[in-house]
Amino acid sequence: MYDKGKIITGLIVFVGLITFPIWYGFGSAGHLPNPEKPKNAKECVEAVDYMRTSHMQLLNEWRDDIVRSGGTRAGITHDGTEYIRSLQKGCMKCHTNKAKFCDECHTYTAVKPYCWDCHIQPKEAN
Amino acid sequence: MDNSRRKFLKLAGVSAIAGIAAPAAFNSLLKGEAFASGGGSGHGEDKAPTGKRYGFVVDVQKFAADKDLAQRCINACHTTHNVPDFGKDNKKDEIKWIWTETFGHAFPDHSQYKKNTQLVDLPIMTFCNHCDNPPCVRACPTKATFKNADGMVLMDFHRCIGCRFCMAACPYGARSFNWRNPAVKNEDGSYKYIRRPNLDFPTRMRGVVEKCNMCAERLAEGKQPACVDACRPTDGIIFGDLNDPNSEVSKVLREKFTIQRKPALGTKPSIFYII
Amino acid sequence: MIEKALSGNRLYWTWLAILLAIMGVGGLCYVQQFNYGLGITGMSRDVSWGLYISQFTFLVGVAAGGVMLVLPYYLHNYKVFGRITILGEFMAVAAVSMCLMFILADLGQPMRALNVLLHPTPNSILFWDMIVLNVYLFLNIVGGWVILNAEKKEVPPPKWVKALIYISIPWAISIHTVTAFLYCGLPGRHYWLTAILAPRFLASAFAAGPALLVICALILRRYTAFDAGKEAINKLVTIITYAAILNFFFVGLELFVGYYSNIPGHMHTLDYLFFGHEDGGVLYDNLVGPMRFSMFIGMAATIALLFPKMRDSYCKIGWLCGAIFLSLWIDKGLGLVLGGFVPSPLDYYVEYYPTAIELGITAAVWATGAFILTVLYKVAISVKLTKEA
Repeated sequence: MYDKGKIITGLIVFVGLITFPIWYGFGSAGHLPNPEKPKNAKECVEAVDYMRTSHMQLLNEWRDDIVRSGGTRAGITHDGTEYIRSLQKGCMKCHTNKAKFCDECHTYTAVKPYCWDCHIQPKEAN
Repeated sequence: MDNSRRKFLKLAGVSAIAGIAAPAAFNSLLKGEAFASGGGSGHGEDKAPTGKRYGFVVDVQKFAADKDLAQRCINACHTTHNVPDFGKDNKKDEIKWIWTETFGHAFPDHSQYKKNTQLVDLPIMTFCNHCDNPPCVRACPTKATFKNADGMVLMDFHRCIGCRFCMAACPYGARSFNWRNPAVKNEDGSYKYIRRPNLDFPTRMRGVVEKCNMCAERLAEGKQPACVDACRPTDGIIFGDLNDPNSEVSKVLREKFTIQRKPALGTKPSIFYII
Repeated sequence: MIEKALSGNRLYWTWLAILLAIMGVGGLCYVQQFNYGLGITGMSRDVSWGLYISQFTFLVGVAAGGVMLVLPYYLHNYKVFGRITILGEFMAVAAVSMCLMFILADLGQPMRALNVLLHPTPNSILFWDMIVLNVYLFLNIVGGWVILNAEKKEVPPPKWVKALIYISIPWAISIHTVTAFLYCGLPGRHYWLTAILAPRFLASAFAAGPALLVICALILRRYTAFDAGKEAINKLVTIITYAAILNFFFVGLELFVGYYSNIPGHMHTLDYLFFGHEDGGVLYDNLVGPMRFSMFIGMAATIALLFPKMRDSYCKIGWLCGAIFLSLWIDKGLGLVLGGFVPSPLDYYVEYYPTAIELGITAAVWATGAFILTVLYKVAISVKLTKEA
């Protein structure tokens, strides 16, 4: 093999560079998300686990049902609490602080939902 | 032998599939089932669709009597729906859900030759006709604009790709495109082009088409459309179910002579004008 | 086979470098448009489609024009076109690619383009246009490439590819018919609302596409060792002449129906395009010059091509084909789409002027098309020349 030294050095540098993000943060989980829970309510519209994994699907279903199929805007939880199936008029009435609730996990997982391009977030109380 | 049998089977299979699937597909096209987003099929026939069909009667004389009425309607609609205002001089980017036209522009195919001089300055309220047979819905490639069960022609802003085919299709100029970001903010966090934002209604993003939504969100709460409310106490705009013979719109339509915009196009508009 | 595109003379590389430079500048323009929105173009609430969609419409025609080589060769066994059929197929590939780029450049939300597949809507003509254009692209890439590869290896092409070629013939008609349906099915736009729009599109396509092919063939003859042959060029010129005659005949029919019927809606756009419209002391006539110029040079060149004396040198043929191409580009690439918006359905006259950014993006799409065309032609003629040597 010609230029053995150069090739192997190059390979090591290359592998080192592309794995940089792995070993740079190795051993530490970074800043863990800690979304602030609403003070005025104990339960969400669905179980916490479901909300954690599937709130985006739920929002999509609400939208398609209400906007396209003329579905009801009023929702009711299994224990009888009424709520409005709406991001702006429903979710954000309890989760009043976008930065301390939504952004916590979204920033951690590096997702940028475009909800807030149009939907108006509540005025942050501070 | 073996070979020809195989060929025969192949041929038989293909024709069976074609024979079953093609007529079914064709029938569903004919019946309009595949046209999930489409409206009625009628061209000129006056058969009423079943179920609800919301519509408006605009009494133009009420707007002639009260010169500020039109502006009050426009303001009510545009603040309710966070419609941006880029300034009077910017016609290019203009977004409007409801606006006034002169008679000649609202009804370009009606002759004005030797007509009533009062017509000349009469402000005609124009907004989406919520056609029973909407060309914009036919044109949309993603069903982002569609007709719902109550006869409203609505937009799903999340789905619109901004191709503007609907704008070319609409014969009433009712559609506006977000040529730029309407929700630009000032340094203090206030909106640059939305003077009094309604915090219960979203804004839009650039690159999508928008238009009058018949106040679907207000109807859901049992309210009347914002423009209708803004006309109180006059009956400048009357709103109701055209298919309900006891509704106010139906009564007015039975008693008064009304016209629609461009009826010859077969779109069957849901706005009726008392001139 | 693609490796043939990687070796070339200085001229070849200079040309590609120029195209890449234009593409780069246009790419920067697109970044601006992407960040600001389509408001950065000259389009407005009243003229809601502009240069992008009009170029798209014209280029669908150029793509369909390739069939004027494929059809005589494969259906009528017209051997003379055998050597250059591949040029027609590869031109279709470049043109359809440009069409798709123009559509993408025109979308307000390009990231959502695939919604057209995610929510298929058979009542929308745009949905069908997306299907026919992509299939046509596929048919021409595969058909052209496989046959060229077989030629290189000196083996007969596989049988299945013949099927693709035969399908591509009616398919070429379909792409331009469906594109015409985008316009002529809309109520309230009188200029487009005419059953003759699809035939008119096809006639102009079968003149503009082959005209560009002739120009390309003449350029190849001048700068490479590849000669399409006198007979093939002459036959193409005949096709161009008759297609152009049909096109202008159809334009005449539109003028007759508009002005003899005397229906205002049918005359308004024609007035605006050919004479200008005066309203409140303002004259709206920004397309009158180009449209008159288009009609004049188009008809003059078509008539000239009828005389054998005007066809006796490649130089004359090249200029006349260029004139026809330019004429049809103005007529369809500007007048047809923009004219449909003026006057607006509410009878307002709003004129459209493209912005510099818009022109930059448009130039970049054309440059990308030229790049694709150059690379594909390089491969094709390298194969042909090696075989013939």
